[in-house]
This record gives sequence, structure tokens and C-alpha cells, in this order.
Amino acid sequence: MARETPAGDLRLANLTKRFGIFTAVDDLSLTIGQGSFFALLGASGCGKTTTLRMIAGLEEPTSGQVLLGDRDIARLRPYKRPVNTVFQSYALFPHLTIFENVAFGLRRRGIRAVDDEVARMLSLVQLDGYGNRRPAQLSGGQQQRVALARALINRPQVLLLDEPLGALDLKLRRQMQIELKRIQTEVGITFVHVTHDQEEAMTMADTVAVMNAGRIEQLGAPADLYEFPATAFVANFLGQSNLLAGEAVGASGGDVAVTAHGARFSVPAGRSRTDHGPVHLGVRPEKLILVGSADQVPAGHQHVTGVVSDASYVGVSTQYLLRTDWGSELSVFAANSGTPARVAVGGTAVAYWDPRHAFLLPRDAADTDRTSPVLDEPVGASS
Amino acid sequence: MRVSRWLADRWVMIVALLVLGYLALPILVVAGLSFNRPSSRLSYDFNEFTLDNWRQPCATSDMCDAVVRSVQIGFVATVVATVLGTLMAFALVRHRFRGRSGINVLIFLPMATPELVMGTSLLALFVSAGVPQGFWTIVIAHVMFCVSFVVVTVKARLAGMDRRLEEAAMDLYASEWQTFRRITLPLVLPGIVAAALLAFSLSFDDFIITNFNAGTTVTFPMYVWGAAQRGIPPQVNVIGTAMFVIALLLVGLSSLRGRRARRANLLTGPAQPRPTRRPS
Amino acid sequence: MTLLAPTGSGQAPPAPPAARSGRHRLLPYLLLLPGAAWLLIFFGVPLVQLAAASLYDPSGSLSTGYALTWAFGNYPDVVQAYWPQFLRSFGYAGLALVLALLLGYPLAYAIAQKAGRWKNLLLVCVVAPMFTSFLVRTLAWKTILSDNGALVGLLRDVHLLAPDGRLLATPFAVVLGLTYNFLPFLVLPLYASLERLDYRLLEAATDLYASPVQAFRRVTLPLSMPGLVAGTLLFFIPASGDYINAELLGTPNEYMIGNVIDSAFLVRLDYPQGAALSFLLMAAILAVVFGYLRRAGTEEVL
Repeated sequence: MARETPAGDLRLANLTKRFGIFTAVDDLSLTIGQGSFFALLGASGCGKTTTLRMIAGLEEPTSGQVLLGDRDIARLRPYKRPVNTVFQSYALFPHLTIFENVAFGLRRRGIRAVDDEVARMLSLVQLDGYGNRRPAQLSGGQQQRVALARALINRPQVLLLDEPLGALDLKLRRQMQIELKRIQTEVGITFVHVTHDQEEAMTMADTVAVMNAGRIEQLGAPADLYEFPATAFVANFLGQSNLLAGEAVGASGGDVAVTAHGARFSVPAGRSRTDHGPVHLGVRPEKLILVGSADQVPAGHQHVTGVVSDASYVGVSTQYLLRTDWGSELSVFAANSGTPARVAVGGTAVAYWDPRHAFLLPRDAADTDRTSPVLDEPVGASS
Repeated sequence: MRVSRWLADRWVMIVALLVLGYLALPILVVAGLSFNRPSSRLSYDFNEFTLDNWRQPCATSDMCDAVVRSVQIGFVATVVATVLGTLMAFALVRHRFRGRSGINVLIFLPMATPELVMGTSLLALFVSAGVPQGFWTIVIAHVMFCVSFVVVTVKARLAGMDRRLEEAAMDLYASEWQTFRRITLPLVLPGIVAAALLAFSLSFDDFIITNFNAGTTVTFPMYVWGAAQRGIPPQVNVIGTAMFVIALLLVGLSSLRGRRARRANLLTGPAQPRPTRRPS
Repeated sequence: MTLLAPTGSGQAPPAPPAARSGRHRLLPYLLLLPGAAWLLIFFGVPLVQLAAASLYDPSGSLSTGYALTWAFGNYPDVVQAYWPQFLRSFGYAGLALVLALLLGYPLAYAIAQKAGRWKNLLLVCVVAPMFTSFLVRTLAWKTILSDNGALVGLLRDVHLLAPDGRLLATPFAVVLGLTYNFLPFLVLPLYASLERLDYRLLEAATDLYASPVQAFRRVTLPLSMPGLVAGTLLFFIPASGDYINAELLGTPNEYMIGNVIDSAFLVRLDYPQGAALSFLLMAAILAVVFGYLRRAGTEEVL
């Protein structure tokens, strides 16, 4: 079976899905480049799985288009689409052998000689010789790889992965992340990967879209999202940020001046999403450095003073909480690199940062400081 | 002291075994009587050991005719009830429609109505409609009271089936019909088979409803009922024992198959991905 | 194990995904049509017919034909004539139920919580009696309880029974037969409930100072309630309508209402009377069932 010519980019145009009065996906438009590894990241209930199911054809959009190249496939039945899915918890057919599971798609399309192709696929996922077993006789990681082989053997234009590593334990998950990335590079198919695990998304994907309440909050390369988030949600969903409520008072030179809690700060204009009105001044905890007094702050850096209210030693770093004069608690991560910068709980300390590491986001006037990560509730009902 | 402690720990199990003995006793008696040469036609007591009853189970040909008729009725009623009930189970589990609760009541009621009421009401219908009673009225009655049990049994199996398996099949280029044929049907089949076996055993053993709708047709339970007045031929116990042994063999075989599959799993390591997921 | 199924029959299945197109909207009705029609025609319509027959002119006969004269007098007439049999039916069924609960609860509990690897084997033992014919098994009790049998002999020897005392053809035999015949229907739903009972709950109760009796009363019993209710109904409904045990193990003095209905329809051919009795039986059972359900405080079984 020769590979069909690549159909082109996958584009979602004004895609909307409503269940009754609940809008799961809200006017979503995005383009996923041919051959890229794309991750849809969000908490449960954000609409990411619904989006995936609409691409697969398992859910019909309320409105909008799913375009593969120039063809709208939004209303095609799932078995008419050059799209395959690796399901959450795999959905391997329990009554068929591994061989027949993998061969299933080929057989349905009337292909008789499947032996070589199945053997090739099983060896791609390193399961040579497992063909005669049943799914229940395999471990979770092995089942996951069968699900992958079963989808890939059809050489789809797009491979959809619905939380494919969710059921695996931590070590196996790491290993499979690397494996998946290797296979994607090898076969060159467009991967769309849905996950609520930010680390998983950042490790594997070229492009990550953070979804919230049926919309995309921000889309870009993992490092860009992390270093310069577009919204407070992204800043605290991808990792953690200290967001201080302040007022931007306009740009001067290359910087935007900000007043927050009675002090003046500045952020480079290139790292500011606005230059006036209510803003959040953001700094990542690992970009803050804790010292005993203000005179230890190097020139050109900015700082906040407070009292250390908690210190947790977590091996690679020590995580401090610094209670400021106005009552917010900032997080500070001090890498455990051997420098004896131990600060005692209860003592006064100063946290400083390089302004080039800060970022500035527009803020709702009613919003205050935000210093804790978005909690991702345990996933029961998937999003 | 030690005895009372031992009893206190185990009295539930001891009572349970005694109750099981109570349940088993009549079967042992039936099996024993199948080797009995009764002293007289109306005697129910054990008299003398013989193998004659097993050598010539059809010595009273009426009885064997009745057994054959019961099997025929059971077969037809099972096929019809299984098909109708399975279709209903699919509709109930797989579709949203108006009137669901009405249908559920219609299915539940026959299971909650005394057989006597169902039997007499059908009799009233057949008599007032002038339908002659016989083989087919029995079949009609048996299908009626078996359908509900089939629905409930198949429904349980179907509801326990993962919808994602069907979605996965559709995703892998199987059309609706292929999905049904390759995935849904094989996975639901054990439930359908169980329902059919249940329907057959209900039909084969039914006396009360049949009694009101049989006309002059004689099924095996009807034969036993009639014979109870005139004197029971010992071959009735042969049939009773044989039924028991066949059913027991079926159960034994299916549990053996299950155990073998389980052992295979044990040999090849952990099964099934854990359903729980960690919060990240 | 399908007998367990009625316990859960009232739950709505998980909501199926939305129908896809117009032709799928008709599909459920097409699937339901044959089965529902069968039940309507051969279960629903006959009940109406039975109600009509119970109001026929009692002076008619099968040969001359019956006229629907709305003869409501049939009901007081049959109550007057057969109230002892009615009372006896519910009395025997109630007595058998109490016996069955005393025997069945420990059995279900032992299988669910104490049997370990023997669980399935014991379950098969509970169902096994039903593998063979109901009538043949009931007749076997005739042998067991026979005047010349070992049981009667033993009881006479230990003076639990007078030298000329009998077991067969007594109310005792009928109640024993009823208990025996319907016991599995009680045990299976009860087992299903008790099987789900987490043993750690009992340990927690004991840890919180409950004696074994208190732990049973406060934890085990309330948690087994759904199975208990379902099992009680599955036992009581057929037991109160049964007439086989009274016929085979008793005498006309032990006849229950079923015997009367049977003879009204099949011997005396008095359809109005038989229909009125049938209808009364159903009404009485429904009244008992709903009264019981209200008191048990669970609607789950329906």
C-alpha cells in the first residue's frame, strides 16, 4: 500500500460544539502544520477531548469546519476519514488477538495480505512475537503500544492521541514519551495529542495550544509559552508564576513602567503585552533569587522584601514562600546547586530578579495578586 | 471453651452448609429414586435397586412424548423470545427515545406478576377470541414470560460493554454493520447465550401458565402433574436426574474455560491498564 | 446468575450519545416494536380481558356464552366463599418467608463474605436445584416426608412426633415445600447485595466500639437492604400464588387460593369466579408489595 500524497495542513475553522446549553468548544480556529507534533493542553472539561473527537468524526460539530488540505471532513463518518485515534485506555478489542487488533483497519479496507505489515508495525513498537496474545495478557505499556500500532498501520494523514499515557505509571510514561516522539519523527505523520499534563505536552510537542473553557488561550512553541505567557491562566497552568497586581504607567525608552503595591518596577517593552492600565507583573519562581538584605541586590535588578514563611526542601531545589508587607505569598525556587544560600523560616529576606525575566500581562481591574498554580482537578470524567 | 470459640467463628458457615444440604436433599432423593423399583404405582418410597429405569427411560411412551414436546416448545419459544428480547435490550441501552419508562414498566411487570394471573388472563383471552389451545398457545405464553428475562440479561451485558470499542472500530474503517458484526455481536454474545439458556429452562420447567393454555397438549411438567394423581412412573426421576446432570456439565464446562483463560493471564503478567489516573 | 438481574432492572442505562441522523431516530422504535407488541397483546390485553371476565354474568357458562353485565357482585361473592383460602395463602407464604429469611440470610452472608475461593461453587449449589424440574423436586419431598420414611421414623423415635403423627399432608409440609422451592430467589439478590459489602466497613464498625450484633444491625443489615427487599418480593410473589405445594404435599385442608382458581378455570369452568379471584389475588399482592416497599423505604427494586 503506497502512502497517499500528504493532504496538507489540518485546519479547524470556527469549530463549535454545544451540548444543550453547555458550549464545550467555542468558535475554535487553528492550523496544525503537516507533519507537526501538536499538543492540546488543558484541564479536564476544557473542550480538548471534544475537539479531538470532532476531528476523528466521533462527534458532529454544531457548526464550523474540519479541513484536511482543502477538503472539509467535518461531516464524514469516522470510517471515511484518513484519521486514526489512540484512545484513552486504548480500547483494544478484548476478543481479538494482538495480531488481529493491529490488522483490523487493513482488513476493514479489504486488504488481504496483512502479515508483513502487521509484523513490521509490531516491531516498530517493539512487540515482536506478541501477535498471538490477547490484550488482557499484556501490561499497560504494552497495550498502549498495541493501540499505537493499530492506528499507525493505516498510515493516517493525522494521528490523534487522547491522553494516551494517562494510565501508565510515572517511569513508564517518561519512557513512552520519548518513544512516541521517536516514532513520530520516523513516520512523519501529523500527531495531535490531547493531554492535561503540561510536562508531557512540553516534552513532546513542537506546538502547544493551551485550552480553557472551550477556547484557545495561547498557542506556540513550548519555550515561548513558558517564557512569555499571554494570559494569567497560561502563566499559572504551565508551571507557576508570581503575578503582582499593578498599574502600567506608559512606555518610556525600551521599558514599561509599573507601580505595584507602592513600589516602582519596569519591564522591557518586548516582554509587555500592554503598556497602560491594570496589569499583572509576572516573574517565575525560579527566576527569583533570595538574599538576606536589599544591599545584596545587584545593580539593575528589582526586588521585593518580605518574611520567609515556609521552606520545603525537595531535593533538586528548596521552595520558599515569601510573605510580603501587603500579605501575598511569593514562591521562590532556589536550585540546590551547593551555594549555601539557606534562609531561615521567620527571617526577613529580599527576593530580586532581572527585569528581562519579568513579563507584563493585562489584568482585569478587579483581579489581585496571583501566586499559586491553577489546580488541575483529578480527571474523572475526561474533558 | 475452645469448642464454643470455634463455633462462634464458624456458625454462619455451618448454618449455610446445613441450608445447602436442605436444598440438595430432594435432588439426591430424585437421583436415588431413579434407581428404584417401586412396590406399587402410588408408592413414593424406596423399594429395590434396579437399573431398568435407566435402561428403558421410554418404557412409558407418553412421558417421552411429553419430554420431546417440551423440548420443541422450549426451542421455538427460546428462539423467538431471544430475538425479541435482544432487540429490545439494544434499543434500551443504545438509544434515546420517548416512552422509555413506559417500556421499562412493560418489561418489568411480567416478572412481578404471579404466574397464576398471567396464565388465567391468557386463558380468558384465548377463550373469548375463540383460539383453540395447544402447542402454539403454549409457545405464545412462554415467549411472553421469557422476553422480560432475556431483555434484563442482555441489557446487563450490553450496558457493561465499553462504547469506546465500537468507536475504535469505526475509527479503524469499520462501517456500522462491520462494527456490529465484528465487535458488538461477539462481545454481547455470551449475554445472549445466557439469556437463551435461561429462557429455555424457564420454558421447559413451566407448569402453571402452561396448565391454563395447553388444551389437550401435554408437556413434561403437565405429564408429571397428571401422573402425580395416577402414580408416577420411576422414569420421571431418570429424566429429572438427567436434566440435572446435563445442566451441571454445562456449568462445569463454562467455568473450566473461564479458569483456563484466567490462568493464562496469570502466566503472562499483569492484565488491564489501571483505570485510576494520577493527578499531575 | 441471571436471577440477580431484576435487582438492577430499574436503573436507567448510561445516556447513549445523541442520535446521528433521522433514520436513527426511528430505529429504537423498530427494535422495540416486535417485543413490545408481543407483551402488549399477550400480557396487557389479557389482563383487560381478565378484568372483563370477572364482571361477566355469573349465571352464564362456557357452552351458553357469557355476557358482560358489569356484575361487580362477583367480588363480594368470591370473598365470602373463599376468604379462608386467601388468608391461608398469605399466611403460608408469610410463614415460609420468615423461615426462608432465617435460612437464606446466613447462607447468602456466608457465600458473600466467608466462602473465599469456594464462592462460585457454593453459588452453583444454590442454583443447582433449579436445574431439574420443579414438580419432580416437589414430589421428592413426598418421599422424604413419607410416613414410612426415615425422617418421620426418627422424629417418632425421639418423641418429637406422636407415634401416629405425620409430616406429609400437613400445613408444615406445605410451608416447608414453599420455603424450599423459592429459597434461591431470596438468596441470590441478597448475595448480590452482601457481596458488594466492603469487609473493612465491619472492621471500622468494630474499631468504633460496635459489638458483632451492633455491627450487623447498624452496618450489614442496612447495606444489604436493596437485596433483602428484592429477594423478599421475588420470594413472596410466586409463593403466595403457588398451588403446587398445597396440592402435592397437603390436603384440601391446606388448599391455597391458587388451588381454588385452578379448579374454577379448569374443573368447574366458572370463569367469572376464577377471573374475580385472579384479579383479587393480583390486587392483594400489589397492595402487600407496595405497602412493604413504602415501609422498607426503597424504590430501587422497581
